[in-house]
Amino acid sequence: MSDLPLVAVVGNPNAGKSALFNVLTGARQKVGNYPGVTVERHVGRLIAADGQAIELIDLPGTYSLDPTSPDEAVTRDVLLGKQKGERLPQALLIVLDASNLDNHLRFALQLIDLGLPTVVALNMVDLAKRDGLELDAARLERELGVPVVETVAVRKRGIADLTARIQELLTGPRLIRAGDGPIHDSLELQRRAREIAMAAIVSETPVRRLTHRLDGLLLHPVAGPLILAAILFVMFQAVFSWSAPPADWLEAQTLAVGQWIAAALPDGLLKSLIVDGIFAGVGAVIVFLPQILILFLFILVLESSGYMVRAAFLMDRLMSHAGLSGRAFIPLLSSFACAVPGIMATRTISDPKDRLTTILVAPLMTCSARLPVYTLIIGAFIPARDAFPGVGLQGLVLFGLYLAGIVGALLAALVLRRTVVKGGGGAFMMELPKYQMPRIADIAIGLWQRALIFLKRAGTIIMATTVVLWAFASFPQAGPGQKQSDVSIAGHIADGIHTVVAPIGFNKDISLALLPAMAAREVAVAAIGTVYSLDAEDEAQAKTLEQRMAGRWSLATALAFLAWFVFAPQCISTIAVTRRETNGWKWPAFMVGYLFVLAYAAAGVTYWTAVAFGLG
Amino acid sequence: MSEPLITLDKLRRGIRARVESVDWAILEEADRIRLRQFGFDEGVTVEQMHQGPFGADPVAIKVGRMTVAIRRSHARAIKVSTAA
Repeated sequence: MSDLPLVAVVGNPNAGKSALFNVLTGARQKVGNYPGVTVERHVGRLIAADGQAIELIDLPGTYSLDPTSPDEAVTRDVLLGKQKGERLPQALLIVLDASNLDNHLRFALQLIDLGLPTVVALNMVDLAKRDGLELDAARLERELGVPVVETVAVRKRGIADLTARIQELLTGPRLIRAGDGPIHDSLELQRRAREIAMAAIVSETPVRRLTHRLDGLLLHPVAGPLILAAILFVMFQAVFSWSAPPADWLEAQTLAVGQWIAAALPDGLLKSLIVDGIFAGVGAVIVFLPQILILFLFILVLESSGYMVRAAFLMDRLMSHAGLSGRAFIPLLSSFACAVPGIMATRTISDPKDRLTTILVAPLMTCSARLPVYTLIIGAFIPARDAFPGVGLQGLVLFGLYLAGIVGALLAALVLRRTVVKGGGGAFMMELPKYQMPRIADIAIGLWQRALIFLKRAGTIIMATTVVLWAFASFPQAGPGQKQSDVSIAGHIADGIHTVVAPIGFNKDISLALLPAMAAREVAVAAIGTVYSLDAEDEAQAKTLEQRMAGRWSLATALAFLAWFVFAPQCISTIAVTRRETNGWKWPAFMVGYLFVLAYAAAGVTYWTAVAFGLG
Repeated sequence: MSEPLITLDKLRRGIRARVESVDWAILEEADRIRLRQFGFDEGVTVEQMHQGPFGADPVAIKVGRMTVAIRRSHARAIKVSTAA
């Protein structure tokens, strides 16, 4: 743990806290988890004008020190010095939205009461001015008794001044006591906050804000849901079509490097390990980086613009039929990128049953690790032509798979709510923040962090699994006239699995891929890649994985495999995070069980139907 | 002149009203905390801005300078008067 001075960045949700944190720390930040809980811990370094380094910690936004969700509990615990694995901050940076003072000041007063050295950033003053709100920062400073700095995080205004003030706070005597917790009664605080807001607001002309006009359209009972559906459709089409050029380029690069290494190394096990094991495996996964980044790009933009909460608003009623609330929409949508952060995001749901149900169905949302599998199969078996003018058939199939995941999740939630997670109506209360132009640098930082996480997975879990798999698939070595995939250890394990999955149309290649796919779904692709390159005769070397598969699998088998992966038993990371979030093995075990049954049934029904239509 | 009290879920769109009382007792603890945090309190001005597309639920209520989405079932705990 570093011994740099620690300053906590706190404030209401939507006060522009994270944007300010990003401006102050730039690329010098790390995302981790608190030990024992899965609330993300964003820490970054602020370098003052004289070169001094200060550690900033970005705490989850909350409305008060009385938590109603696990996320908010972390904020309180850090501020009171009760959070395991976290030092008591030496100073606070409170972020206020200048145009929402009356609401935000109440929390600020509660925070100032903690007695830590504090500076207030009066953020987004430009938007407040545009709304016709004139503020008296000096008056606010007098009323609050702590320095107030006007900032516009997105334009980097007031940042130097703010940095200097933070540094000043740290030169004072160090506070070592933990705070005593909130002192004021909430209604008293509320009134005091309103008084101060009244005093600090010099003039106010009511202006119909852009947000209200936009909401008139985006929350319109008819236009709103149509626009949401259109956004989601564009998102999934983009994932498929925009990613093609960079993915092709990446594929060519890995292939070139692999061939170069193959030419440089003498024949033998080492060459096989590097070319067939590492390059065929990890390479097959790396090419999906563009798709994953495009998906995250959409999610980050929707989130930072303020639209995501509107989506939750539009979806609340529908989700309530499935026993969920609109609040679950955001974790479920982020589960499209990955179920792990999605399950972590359920910490903002206060109702425990609502939250548990969301966790249990989150793995059904089509996470980006399924993309490599979907893309490979679609690429090999679905022709690249238009289904309708301008709508690609491949994209449409992908959209259908996503839809199947969503419908599956809603049905599963409905059933779960009537059986194992009974009771509790759930609630839906959310602030609709004003719309904002997402800041490119914030999006870039978010994407960079996601790319790092993906590459780290590719470099560790996926690489390790591929190497183990390569070893299992390479030994014992095949004699003349024998096929490597028949004699190897992996081949024998696959035979065992095959007896179970043969009725639903799975061939031996798939049986072999199922086990390592538990480590990480994208490994299924790597596994098939490794097996084929070990089996390949010389003249087949030049063929792509897709071409090889198209020759060996029936369409019915391919479709059954897709159906399996819609429900597929989740990866180990998801099981681990579920265990941590639900405090035990009961729910993760239940989740694995019910998903296995669903996947098996879905693949079976798909296969038998396809065979009946003559596609076997 | 005093207008009769109505519950917030009955407030029509675009009409400003004043919160007269909140029946905290019928709310669950977490919902109670949340509503207070959003500033629902006697004397504040509220206005219904939007309704959900399905069954006109939830509703978006403007409280002070903030817009908050709540379900009709919770809005029913808040009594408002529309006297200007």
